[in-house]
Amino acid sequence: MIQVRFFASLREEMGREGAELEAVEASTIGEVWEKVAAGKERPANLLMAKNMDYSGPDTPVCDGDEVAFFPPVTGG
Amino acid sequence: MKIKIMESPFNPWDEMQRYEKEVLDPLYAGQYGAATVFSGTMRDFNEGDGVTGMLLEHYPGMTDQYLGKISQEAAEQWDLLDTLIVHRVGLMMPNDPIVLVAAWSAHRGVAFEAARYLIEELKSRAPFWKKEQLLEGERWVANNTPA
Repeated sequence: MIQVRFFASLREEMGREGAELEAVEASTIGEVWEKVAAGKERPANLLMAKNMDYSGPDTPVCDGDEVAFFPPVTGG
Repeated sequence: MKIKIMESPFNPWDEMQRYEKEVLDPLYAGQYGAATVFSGTMRDFNEGDGVTGMLLEHYPGMTDQYLGKISQEAAEQWDLLDTLIVHRVGLMMPNDPIVLVAAWSAHRGVAFEAARYLIEELKSRAPFWKKEQLLEGERWVANNTPA
């Protein structure tokens, strides 16, 4: 399985904390987005992480990975 | 090199004092000629609106990982004795401390540069998000203010 997580304003827009995908359903982070976003276009400023490291849409994913999508960070 | 995520209010000056006493002094008493601090506090205004409260969300695990990375990068770049980062999460009120970064070194120059690096990198890379509560409604902060 691939665990998918959404944070902050994106979580509210998606209406859920995350999702689970079978590993065969997506081979990159970009494909994960297409599977879980229900047709929603990927925002230009969307940030992505694989296993808690910043990544891009072409980053490969495999069984056991955690993929997160979130808006620009605003801490500090 | 210490990272702390706080779910309740903290006092940055108490954190500094405690860290110096418990960690710095046993190792480096007499060696740190400079300690630089950035302390960030919640404002009661933003973009022309009054702000009555703020919810600070983060990505547990990734937050610690990135604050650790940033601290490590600073340690590799400058001749530091130690660094400390404390960041608040959860619901907070105006005037509550949000963040503390501190750097200790033998001399002030590198301590200033390292503290500046820590806070700017934290603001651009650590996965925290602010949601402001206004007199009417609430809103996510879209971008941090420029340095």
